[in-house]
Amino acid sequence: MAIESDVIVIGGGLAGHFAAIAAADAGKETRLVTANQSTLRQASGLIDVLGYPPAAAVGETGTGDAAGDHASDADSDRADADDPDAVGEENPNAVDAEDPRPDAPFRSGPIVDPFEAIPELPEGHPYERVGLAAVREGLATFDEVVDGYVGSHTDANALVPTHGGVAKPTARYPEHTAAGLASDDRDAVLVGFETLTDFDAPVAADSLAAGGVPFEVAGVTVRFPGDLRADAKATRYAELLETDEVPAPKAADGGSSGAATHASQGRSCRAAIVERIRRAVGDVDVDPERIGFPAVLGEERTAEARADLADRLGVPVFEVPTGAPSLPGIRLEHQLGDALRERDVRVADGRPVVDVSATDGRVGHLVVESAGGSTVPMAADSYVLATGGLVGRGIDADRDGVREPIFDCHVPHPDDRYEWFADAAFGDHPFAYFGVDVDRDLRPLDAEGEPEYANLHAAGAVLGGYDFAAENSGAGVSIATGHAAGSAAAEGS
Amino acid sequence: MFGHAPDDGDESDETESSCGCEAGSGESDGSAESRSTSEVRSDGGEPSDERRPTSELCSDGGIDADVPGDPGSAGGAGSHPSSDDEFEPVQVFPDSTEQDLRPGADSCYKCSTCDTNCPVAEVDDEFPGPKFQGPEQWRLSRDDAPEIDDSIDKCSNCMRCDHACPTDVPLSQMHNTARGRYVDDQLSKLSIQYLRKKILSNYGRLGRLGSLFPRTTNFVMGNRAVRWITDRTLGITDEREFPEFATQTFRSWWDERGGAQVQSEDRRVAYFHGDYANYNTPEVGKALVRVFESFGYEVAVPRQRCSGTPMFANGMLDDARRAATVNVTEFDALIEEGYDVVCSCTSCSMALRQEYPELFDIDGTERVAANTYDAVEYLRIHEDLREELADAETDADDELPDLAYHAPCHARNQGLAEQALEVGDAVEGVDVDDVGDSCSGISGTYGWKSKHYDTSMAIGDEMFDHMEDSEAETGMTECPTCAMQMEHGTGYDVRHTLELLEATLVGEGEAW
Ligand SMILES: Cc1cc2nc3c(=O)[nH]c(=O)nc-3n(C[C@H](O)[C@H](O)[C@H](O)COP(=O)(O)OP(=O)(O)OC[C@H]3O[C@@H](n4cnc5c(N)ncnc54)[C@H](O)[C@@H]3O)c2cc1C
Ligand code: SF4
Ligand code: SF4
Repeated sequence: MAIESDVIVIGGGLAGHFAAIAAADAGKETRLVTANQSTLRQASGLIDVLGYPPAAAVGETGTGDAAGDHASDADSDRADADDPDAVGEENPNAVDAEDPRPDAPFRSGPIVDPFEAIPELPEGHPYERVGLAAVREGLATFDEVVDGYVGSHTDANALVPTHGGVAKPTARYPEHTAAGLASDDRDAVLVGFETLTDFDAPVAADSLAAGGVPFEVAGVTVRFPGDLRADAKATRYAELLETDEVPAPKAADGGSSGAATHASQGRSCRAAIVERIRRAVGDVDVDPERIGFPAVLGEERTAEARADLADRLGVPVFEVPTGAPSLPGIRLEHQLGDALRERDVRVADGRPVVDVSATDGRVGHLVVESAGGSTVPMAADSYVLATGGLVGRGIDADRDGVREPIFDCHVPHPDDRYEWFADAAFGDHPFAYFGVDVDRDLRPLDAEGEPEYANLHAAGAVLGGYDFAAENSGAGVSIATGHAAGSAAAEGS
Repeated sequence: MFGHAPDDGDESDETESSCGCEAGSGESDGSAESRSTSEVRSDGGEPSDERRPTSELCSDGGIDADVPGDPGSAGGAGSHPSSDDEFEPVQVFPDSTEQDLRPGADSCYKCSTCDTNCPVAEVDDEFPGPKFQGPEQWRLSRDDAPEIDDSIDKCSNCMRCDHACPTDVPLSQMHNTARGRYVDDQLSKLSIQYLRKKILSNYGRLGRLGSLFPRTTNFVMGNRAVRWITDRTLGITDEREFPEFATQTFRSWWDERGGAQVQSEDRRVAYFHGDYANYNTPEVGKALVRVFESFGYEVAVPRQRCSGTPMFANGMLDDARRAATVNVTEFDALIEEGYDVVCSCTSCSMALRQEYPELFDIDGTERVAANTYDAVEYLRIHEDLREELADAETDADDELPDLAYHAPCHARNQGLAEQALEVGDAVEGVDVDDVGDSCSGISGTYGWKSKHYDTSMAIGDEMFDHMEDSEAETGMTECPTCAMQMEHGTGYDVRHTLELLEATLVGEGEAW
């Protein structure tokens, strides 16, 4: 017999977590099945709802109108809560198709108020499918479930500097980044560590300055205390900053050392860093009123590490979100895991769903594959598909076409592979929009526009009709549609 | 401080070390063992016998001929010919010059998710992490960089990186293969490091001796002086106490009770107990038998050897292949007769399901992999376990303590990290408290090496803290070496999920 529950969510990313939370909060016995870890550890940990208008080419994939209609003319260099007029004015020219979007720090048209922009989105966009109220509900749930995030006091986007020196318009951000906002006019120094090459503080500072931030900013690079290997992991820095330890020098005999559990006697890692920063700051022109570090200030006790650094430095300290691997993403993942545990959601991670059985237009059970190929049937009344996009492997693309591999849901895409890509490397690639089409209950639709299964809902990056990277909507869409899909699944069970 | 080695649960085989009784000498391959298994090594490359210097220490000394369970005495099970001589398997990774570049190596997009999951990289500055050990080293080796970086020896084979990778890069397979090459090509067979690996990975040998003279062995192994000597000479830490040998092995109990007590045509399971449940924690094996029989299953206990887990982790792939060949042959024969394979140790089920097919091409491997289950998982699939537990008459409130549960890494990798919690939910009166998803840090034989002891305990810290925080004062897990670490770090008694099922459903078993 199958292992049973009321609702099964497939996929352990943001969308899957919020679907499971919603279903469990609706009183359903919920199970989450996921193959591997999600993209959370790669993402910045920022909760972007909508940072930029969708690019002009949405129409190409048949999922909506030309989105240029909804572009903003807000080309001020930062979004500003006091300037609601900045959004919603139609100015199709604001989006420059040649604009290498991912790199340009203050390109035209960051959206000031995503909630004003959402009703303007083209038909087929995930936000359009679930509606503004559902987006608000999803975020409200996020605010309730996750501690240590800021941004719920306003609808307006904040601009958070990231490691590349780009100020990112985002709706919710970790409190550890809060002192770093680009709209804040306190002068800042960014601190990088020699061996942590992903974050080049001087380059990031220059880039922010070039973007026109309203404060003086400079970057310094210091050596991390202790003898860290050149490719030490972000988690290693976090561990040392959190425990405030300096790893012992390697034993000369190569004997039973290696493990860095024994701190060099009494040395404080954070004190040593602060000392180095003091020396380095002497060489730059900026007198910092706040100091930013790459986001590796601990994994579980970040608040403590940050407060101690601020104390020692005498100015507020903030984290600058980094690329993968991302501690803020890991911390968020931990919190979401706890939220599932509190709600008695059972998680089976480590194994993929490979097949389904269905009768009469309803999914009967899932076939979960174990290592070695034995299979385990799992059944529920309703299901949520939250397997991610091309990165999360919810969508497969190869020579023969584009598919959704578990349920074989219809994925609209041009037959001709050459039409999947735009000419420019950073162009508006149709493939970024690939995903399943859904009705307003988030049920995947077949080629005729009918629901594939009555009891299947989809959420997150597996959905088509949006390009989360270009419009900065990754986390927001996953949370909103995840929450909505989980609620719909609970209702149907 | 002498002689009491409080280990109950652990198994997977690996943990032992010894006083050097293994350190005999002689060459391995000419011994009795090769009778049954040497043919496996026809790997298409150079015959492996040539690769093995005759000076190899640690003879199998004929002990091995005594694989538990003589062919044919599967205790109540049907027969299963052990056709040791019939197959001619081929190694997947033929030899060191022609490394197979798995497609997986190229699907790495360097997201580093694996690195953030590696418990060793987080605490050990000499370990470059799974991304390097796996795909990067793999790519390098394509460019004729023949040496395997010796840091491979620091990987504990917890397989967390496998589970992490969003694109299914077969990291642990790469690590296992690289480690095998490292041991074969770069490690002197005369080195202490090699000897230690040999000892730690061949637990069954010592197990057989230990169970012949359990009291003497327990006394000797528990002796501080002996432990000090093994620490200094072999690098096997003296911080740990060696697991205690049971006075009666599981197999001898099984024979004594006359094998299977239930016959069935359509409900049949073949039990892979591995070395640890046999020699050290027979109560786990007994629990499995009693629980399955209570559901009407006919249980077979065929001849078998160590699952190979400690051998993979130590790079002793030839040893592992020999053991695997016996296991695959025996269990495959039973599968033909309608049996499914069940394991009580999650590292054993991981070996049969994933590592065998990844590393060896033994006839029947795929079929065994596809028909192997964790014992509790099997019951969850085939029985209404929840209902049965809820209806059980046991007054768990009085009889059973609350439990602090740790999911072994290898259970996590099979998607089983939370099944014990669900089992616990269904048992009225018992709280099973999850102590979090950190690694216990012992990873089989890993934490037994003096040079890794500190790393192992640093990794385990998080789990120890969570155990102390939990109300429960008894531990529960499915992996014998995790159990050992849990006991070592907290002093708690640690039990197996099957024992909880047994206590609830059958009302027999060891006292709680
Ligand atoms: C590099 C990167 C950076 C990002 N940065 C940001 C950012 O700064 N801000 C922001 O808002 N968003 C960002 N995002 C987007 C965001 O983090 C998520 O990628 C997005 O929200 C999609 O989440 P998801 O839950 O839909 O899918 P995913 O996170 O992709 O999760 C999919 C899950 O489904 C599982 N799965 C897939 N197939 C199966 C199967 N057959 N059976 C079982 N399980 C399966 C996978 O193992 C995975 O756990 C970023 C994404 C990436 C990749
Ligand atoms: S998790 Fe997988 S894809 Fe990412 S770096 Fe590791 S091996 Fe490569
Ligand atoms: S198996 Fe474990 S110890 Fe080895 S590299 Fe992977 S995560 Fe690290």
